[in-house]
Amino acid sequence: MDYYLQILTNVGIFITLTLSLNLINGYCGQFSLGHAGFWGVGAYASAVYGVFFALPVDPALNMFISILIGFSAAALCGLLIGIPCLRLKGDYLAIATIGFSEILRIIIMNTESIGGPRGFTNIPKWTTSYWVWGLVIVTTIFMLNLKRSAFGRAIISIREDEIAAETMGINLFHFKLFSFIIGAGIAGIAGSLVAHDQQFLHPNNFNFMWSVCILVMVILGGQGSVTGSIVGAIILTILPEVLKMINSDVATWRVSIYSALMIILMLTRPQGIFGPHELFEKKKFQSGRVS
Amino acid sequence: MNTSLIELNNVTMKFGGLTAVKDVTLKVGQNDLVAIIGPNGAGKTTLFNMITGIYSPTIGEVTLDGKKISAKKPSDITRLGIARTFQNIRLFNNLSVLDNIKIARHTRINYNFFDGIFKTKKYKDEEKLITEESIKLLKLFKLEDKKDHLARNLPYGAQRKLEMARALATKPKLLLLDEPAAGMNPTETKELSELIRLIRLEFGIAVILIEHDMNLVMEIAEKIYVLDYGNLIASGKPQEIQNNKQVIEAYLGADIDVENVSGDSL
Repeated sequence: MDYYLQILTNVGIFITLTLSLNLINGYCGQFSLGHAGFWGVGAYASAVYGVFFALPVDPALNMFISILIGFSAAALCGLLIGIPCLRLKGDYLAIATIGFSEILRIIIMNTESIGGPRGFTNIPKWTTSYWVWGLVIVTTIFMLNLKRSAFGRAIISIREDEIAAETMGINLFHFKLFSFIIGAGIAGIAGSLVAHDQQFLHPNNFNFMWSVCILVMVILGGQGSVTGSIVGAIILTILPEVLKMINSDVATWRVSIYSALMIILMLTRPQGIFGPHELFEKKKFQSGRVS
Repeated sequence: MNTSLIELNNVTMKFGGLTAVKDVTLKVGQNDLVAIIGPNGAGKTTLFNMITGIYSPTIGEVTLDGKKISAKKPSDITRLGIARTFQNIRLFNNLSVLDNIKIARHTRINYNFFDGIFKTKKYKDEEKLITEESIKLLKLFKLEDKKDHLARNLPYGAQRKLEMARALATKPKLLLLDEPAAGMNPTETKELSELIRLIRLEFGIAVILIEHDMNLVMEIAEKIYVLDYGNLIASGKPQEIQNNKQVIEAYLGADIDVENVSGDSL
């Protein structure tokens, strides 16, 4: 039972992460590959609070403070990294963000007081399913409402055509930075959830491969689609576990099967499961098409 | 002419060693309809890019309502009341026609970020208003039945119209149209010239257009400026321009008296 509960918690955490990357990558169209870095900063900042500065109050209140700290720390990193990096576009931005997230990881790796390469232990267990799923719901509503407001439209227009967006009166840098900061901040919240759930953190849990993994979830679901991100995160978190469970042969080959499934999916549906649309609005758009 | 809305005072734009626009001065009044013509590469679009803030002039300045706008960001200039369309259409292709218009309302939004996230009454009221006004605008351009189509699926002529509608949705005082009739057939061009007149009447704004279609230009423009190699070679009423020797030379080349040309001058 604990095992299933753990998978469920992981699903929730990855939904939050995927949604946060979707803001940067799907809404705003900025190709960031440093998301695991923000996730890690959030996790470590929360853990530092939990281990060294925890107040003698109710765990729920402590968790709340810890989440705020995780959010702020990651958002601050988003700001500091965003200002120089967001002048870059496309592949260049991707490479710069990889660089920065690796720098963050290596700083953590070399800081003895938070465990360094041995990992950070004895983090209090404050995360509960309520926190995880509560935050999934909050993030989902945030993303959906943002999309339907003028601010979300402005961000999405940057993805569509930067020059046209600027001519429509949208300040490109402000909105890019805004999505970067909020995206990083929400990843920090996911980090906080991980820290107080697993009670142990290791810098390598936040390496480049995880950035790619989150990106794959976004792309699988459909860039710009909130429901797509949720489905993408669910599928890619559960699939490896399911493959492990079938039998030992499948378990041996699970990484290959997983990769093959990804290739097939991308060949058949390159725009992701939902494309840029939401689960419930798909019909309207299809009937509205001329061609 | 009434008081001028926009003024370009001796603007020069250099790209390295190339002078794309050289010492151009022009004034456009509150409700004028002005055309800029000239051969390809004459610097017409560069002029637009300087007005909208995409480039900042090397020398000289651009003023709107007497205030300097050169060196401001394009987004700020839009806020001050200048909108444009592009020579190569730049729509938000993967968004609906209606969303294209709504995005243009960005600088005129009164609710704040948190109103949007928490869906307050203020947000709902204003979004309703935005939708209504956007549909009204689409009606003017006869695009309202296509409001849920993706912009990229519209036919070419409709995309051009949508781009104009989107520019108008920013509520400008001055509308810049960069070759609005490019790629249109004569019937569509005729429709377009009526539309431009209608826009000017309905919104009371000034329009500057760059155009190669002389029928359209001669029909609707009140004043024409002619650029050639970055120099303003002529300006005046359509009839004056039609008979201007320099303009004819710029377009067709100068007459050469073959018999009197000696070998070394060629």
